[in-house]
Amino acid sequence: MTQVQLAGTGMTTFGSHPDRTGRDMFADAGLAALEDAGVPAGDVDELFYGNFVGTLSEGQGHQGPLMAEALGTTVPSRRIESACASSGLAVHDAVRAIRSGESDVVVAGGMERMTNMGTAGATKGLASAADDLYEVRSGVTFPGAYALMARAYFDEYGGTHEDLAHIAVKNHDNALANDHAHLQQEITVADALDAPEIASPFTLYDACPISDGAAAIVLTTPEYAAEHDLEADVAITGAGHGGDTMALHDRQSLSKTPATRDAAVDAYDDAGIEPSDISVAEVHDCFTIAEVLALEGLGLYSHGEAIGAARRGETRRDGELPVNLSGGLKAKGHPVGATGAAQVAAIATLLDGTHPRADAVDDATVGVAQNAGGTVASATVHVLEVME
Amino acid sequence: MTDVTNGEYDAFLEALAAGEGYYRSCENGHGLLPPRRACPHCGDRNLTERDLPSAGEIVTHTTVSVPTPQFEDDAPYVTAVVDFGGVRLTGVVRGIDQTAVEIGDRVTATVESNETDGERTIVFRPAE
Ligand SMILES: [Zn+2]
Repeated sequence: MTQVQLAGTGMTTFGSHPDRTGRDMFADAGLAALEDAGVPAGDVDELFYGNFVGTLSEGQGHQGPLMAEALGTTVPSRRIESACASSGLAVHDAVRAIRSGESDVVVAGGMERMTNMGTAGATKGLASAADDLYEVRSGVTFPGAYALMARAYFDEYGGTHEDLAHIAVKNHDNALANDHAHLQQEITVADALDAPEIASPFTLYDACPISDGAAAIVLTTPEYAAEHDLEADVAITGAGHGGDTMALHDRQSLSKTPATRDAAVDAYDDAGIEPSDISVAEVHDCFTIAEVLALEGLGLYSHGEAIGAARRGETRRDGELPVNLSGGLKAKGHPVGATGAAQVAAIATLLDGTHPRADAVDDATVGVAQNAGGTVASATVHVLEVME
Repeated sequence: MTDVTNGEYDAFLEALAAGEGYYRSCENGHGLLPPRRACPHCGDRNLTERDLPSAGEIVTHTTVSVPTPQFEDDAPYVTAVVDFGGVRLTGVVRGIDQTAVEIGDRVTATVESNETDGERTIVFRPAE
């Protein structure tokens, strides 16, 4: 199987950019990734582009060709939609394209423009990742769905809102050094606990912000990288994709995420690693509880154990397993369709030493990125490794 | 309200409103809500219609303060997942003080209008 080299990364600043068009944001990230890789647009064979609600927010369908054009090419492209896992899945499918031998150079990435929809519009758009008939019409919102999982988790394993607040504090702190982050604002546990409630037990600080932005990576074969003298020290050695039922009430457990578990099993098997080999992780913390569910789904913690990880300091910057050094979705921001690619870019730059928080994981050679769609009805996991 | 219907979902709401709620069960006992032609857990297509038990137990709940536009005038409201033994349903809890809703509370399922646009919503009320 062909090895998949990660040759370049690019992203816009995540934040509130209601006046920027999607095509402009994706051009910004995608061209930066090509520049970083040292690959001309003319060498790109395919584009894998993730986007969730572009047809609602911009009234724009058929975004694949539009975004390829933005990069200066008309190569084959497709828009991949899997809610918040859209660009994690774009990366997954791009890895397949390289491995299959069909393509030598691919761009994978994603874009979301949401703040132009307003809070009500964005809340409606995000809720569409849940089952419209049996959840949204029963009052479920996106924060509400994760709040249902949080309360079920507390009931089954214990844990408190204060445990979750420590996750928010950690991720906000990590984002302080990340100039691409949406929120660069230090918060305290008391700030998080005292903030206005959005869906009990969650307050405002349990939720990621509504963000605009784009991210992209360039993947190549070792042959192409060698022939063109690219600096590509990091490879994607494992890729997994898992699924589950859309509606929470159809699942056997409300406090576990088997889609993440299944994606992780495949990705680790692919890479030939064990969870204990991983020394840094970017996980899908759209809500604080989601970081807990992700760490347990990834096999990095037993069920019921990850809830206290941030409070105990284990997942903080100076802990044994730093998690979300970028700031996570919580503070870096969550332009839905861009998130999965941004996570992979974060791990790649943490491993090659160019991320502003790379000092925290000096010796790391194996990292993992986990991206989740909706309430984890879909999930992707990627293993990245430094190649000798 | 629109003239367009959602097939068996609407039929299910009408039955639930009439006190004749039902669900489908596969041969391995997985409970499903219509429309379903196959069980997502085991692939079984031999689905049997069963009566929805008259009461169930809240397994998780949340009080939503930031709603979607279709529940704007309803917020804050409580949404819960209720286990009816064999099948679970999600709906809005009414008739219990919002701060007093607890996991384990016994409720019945019915259909009522939401306060925002009058659309029908699955509603749970205290059992008895
Ligand atoms: Zn079944």
